[in-house]
Amino acid sequence: MNINLDELRSFASDKLDANVPKGENPELLWKERRFEYKLVSPLNRKKFNVIVVGTGLAGAGVAAALGELGYKVDSFTFHDAPRRAHSVAAQGGINAGRVKKVDNDSIKRMVQDAVKGGDFRGREEDCYRLSEESVRVIDHLNAIGAPFAREYGGALATRSFGGVQVSRTYYTRGQTGQQLQVAASQALLRQVNAGSVKLWTRKEMLDLIVEDGRAQGIVVRDLVTGAITAHTAHCVVLATGGYGNVFFQSTLAKNSNPTAAWRAYKKGAYFASPCFIQFHPTALPINSPWQGKTTLMSESLRNDGRVWVPVKPDDTRDPNTIPDEERDYYLERKYPAYGNLAPRDISSRAAREQIEAGKGVGPLKNSVYLDFRDAIKAKGKKVIAENYGNLFHLYTDATGEDPYITPMRIAPGAHFAMGGLWADYNQMSNLPGLFMGGECSNNYHGANRLGANSLLSASVDGWFTLPYSVPNYLAKYLGKPVLDADAPVVREAVAKVKADEEKLIAIGGTKPPAYFHRKLGKTLYKYCGVSRSVEGLTEGIRIIRELRDEFWRDLRVLGSTNEFNQDLEKAARIADYLELAELMCVDALDRNESCGAHFREDHQTEEGEAMRDDANWQFVSAWEPGPGGTYIRHDEPLSFKHIPLATRNYK
Amino acid sequence: MKLTLKVWRQVGPRVQGRYENFDVEASPDMSILELLDQVNEKLVEDGQEPIAYDSDCREGICGTCGITIDDVPHGPKRNTPTCHQHMRSFNEGATVKLEPFRSAAFPVVRDLVVDRAAMERVLMAGGHVAVNAGTAPDSDTQFSTHQAAETALDFAACIGCGGCIAACPNGAAHLFAGAKLEHFRWMVQPSFERGKRAMAVVNKIEEEFGPCSTYGECAEVCPASIPLTAVAAINKEKLRASVRSKDD
Repeated sequence: MNINLDELRSFASDKLDANVPKGENPELLWKERRFEYKLVSPLNRKKFNVIVVGTGLAGAGVAAALGELGYKVDSFTFHDAPRRAHSVAAQGGINAGRVKKVDNDSIKRMVQDAVKGGDFRGREEDCYRLSEESVRVIDHLNAIGAPFAREYGGALATRSFGGVQVSRTYYTRGQTGQQLQVAASQALLRQVNAGSVKLWTRKEMLDLIVEDGRAQGIVVRDLVTGAITAHTAHCVVLATGGYGNVFFQSTLAKNSNPTAAWRAYKKGAYFASPCFIQFHPTALPINSPWQGKTTLMSESLRNDGRVWVPVKPDDTRDPNTIPDEERDYYLERKYPAYGNLAPRDISSRAAREQIEAGKGVGPLKNSVYLDFRDAIKAKGKKVIAENYGNLFHLYTDATGEDPYITPMRIAPGAHFAMGGLWADYNQMSNLPGLFMGGECSNNYHGANRLGANSLLSASVDGWFTLPYSVPNYLAKYLGKPVLDADAPVVREAVAKVKADEEKLIAIGGTKPPAYFHRKLGKTLYKYCGVSRSVEGLTEGIRIIRELRDEFWRDLRVLGSTNEFNQDLEKAARIADYLELAELMCVDALDRNESCGAHFREDHQTEEGEAMRDDANWQFVSAWEPGPGGTYIRHDEPLSFKHIPLATRNYK
Repeated sequence: MKLTLKVWRQVGPRVQGRYENFDVEASPDMSILELLDQVNEKLVEDGQEPIAYDSDCREGICGTCGITIDDVPHGPKRNTPTCHQHMRSFNEGATVKLEPFRSAAFPVVRDLVVDRAAMERVLMAGGHVAVNAGTAPDSDTQFSTHQAAETALDFAACIGCGGCIAACPNGAAHLFAGAKLEHFRWMVQPSFERGKRAMAVVNKIEEEFGPCSTYGECAEVCPASIPLTAVAAINKEKLRASVRSKDD
């Protein structure tokens, strides 16, 4: 089979408009936009129904906030409880532009760090909103129960994160995501108790219902009984997380998946920058084929840990016996201004470079050291334990090794998806009535996300963006009922989902879903991973298509659709992965430049750094399914009026 | 290493269950869940339905996983979640019993999967703070000592797995509920509802869970190492709230 990019994709004729507010002062744009938004009287809010899918930081936030305001919300999670959303696993911290210290931080600097960190492939206006609202996020989450670390004098403590030279990351040890998620899900439960939010657990969204050109409902499967039902509303908010799990071994949870977003894509919501996947530089390495995931070790560790490899390749000595002169602290050497806190894409590529040069350590020689020897000596074990205690415990639980004694071994692992459903400045899709919060949209982070900005963007979306932009959309539907549960489009959607589920069982092949997931993950790591090439991506597309054919021929799912059936759940998600993976490779093949985490070997500087092509590629690629299995690319041009375009230099 | 897994199978909540034996081959570095993943793939290849069990993050933070292994909720390694129980804890040739968390409050859904919604009902009753989005004061002016923040986090670290309830001979939820009361009482704004919350939470756990006899089995299995002192919070906070008769 011949893979020809020009036959695979075509271009839309007009440019995408992100509805960005126009104004001279970027720090006033969000305020001005909020004044433009329509309101709904408190007396009318209970007449509106909103569906929120996902109960992570963004989902629980928007559901709780809208419930507090008086709207009627239906909140869906496929977990057994709202607290389980994978936001809970984020570790290191949440950024905020509170600008209290004298380290010379400012809103503009926070924006610059995010825009530059994203390699100028995300909207700068969104980052102004992100930074401005970050202040209220910390205040709110502190008030509702997140016990942020405090200095001895009583004020909030902070630490630094990759890609910045100030300290603006607020944290709760190495379990910040957990504390924010617990607080947010508890706020959601308060509204459930108050009666404004109805919570549906163990219900997985399997399709979006679109009628009159707008999103008006979802189809869900009850994971216990298998029953397929439809729920309609005045609008739908997706807060369903990222798709890193397409790599099989990633820092994501086993159930994390993009099915809700992918079905929205198939119903008309554009999917942006699918190939922008971040490989977190400090994940646990893959040690064996049966390993379930690459556990995340927080970037905050790089505040105190020093990254190194032995100078000599194939050096298998105990790391504690290797003297400093025989160690290459390569991040400190290559990027002196940021050292061990170089941004993630730069750090992952640097690690990969060392590993490919034969200097990788560990039994499979696929990792590098993160060493706390010097920090423990300088600050003492007690301080290190207070800052990272649970992370060191997690490392020991996972590997059996003690990082207080032996350096941690870490390696790049698939992590955050900067790509996702395309969202405008109001967090709405090109498909009216479909809103997004958190990682499932493509906003803020461009081609590379800075650490501690994801907890922030999810929280800003949930608590301080969607509660303004959703009512603005709802206002024009005052007096209109929700789509009738008996409407033909609803009955058809339910019937189609039922048929799709039966189809998976009917294949009756020989291989369980995990077999396809594993193979897909391996293929993506190889051909659409930290580094990409034209030949590799082309081969990747070929293998993915073959694997997809094999899936539909030889999948085996036992049991039936009318019961608790985890293999059926997995199979439906993997069917979507097998399509998304192809689009990821097409996007990577299409984008003829290197930017952020998207590194094309044929577009690099002499020093091996990413080489952007702003003249030709300064836009967001937003994809739509085309005829005959092809793809149509919509372009959202990007302009940088306030943060000057620059080559990222972390030296 | 070779072992036999003795696994509880139950097709639905109201169907009689039974144990099934599986002879398996494991690597000592595998976690029990990684082993179950392998066992399930083999079962499906042999045309048999896989074993159902809950898991998600595989890192010990989401609280989703929970298997009672050889009569101990989560497994033989103390204060470690099921997803981090590794096969190196077991002996060659052993028979390892796997059951769902056993508690009247946790009806079985299928095989090793249970319904823990009772815990959410406790949180719904009082595990929250009455502050609406946007109305919070500046957190830098809402002072907290370093120690209070660290103590609050020690109790807030609960992952909501229910291992404590499964371990308790009385089926009490005192460690879970007490941890939540202690978490909030060390924080400024949450403590404005201290008394109100205590009455609501204690009344709710008395409805759905058993009484505490301070056996201490809970603290032995808790993956977040919540201190046993959390159970004392239930009686202490209820008494305090009853005597004070105030919301805070």
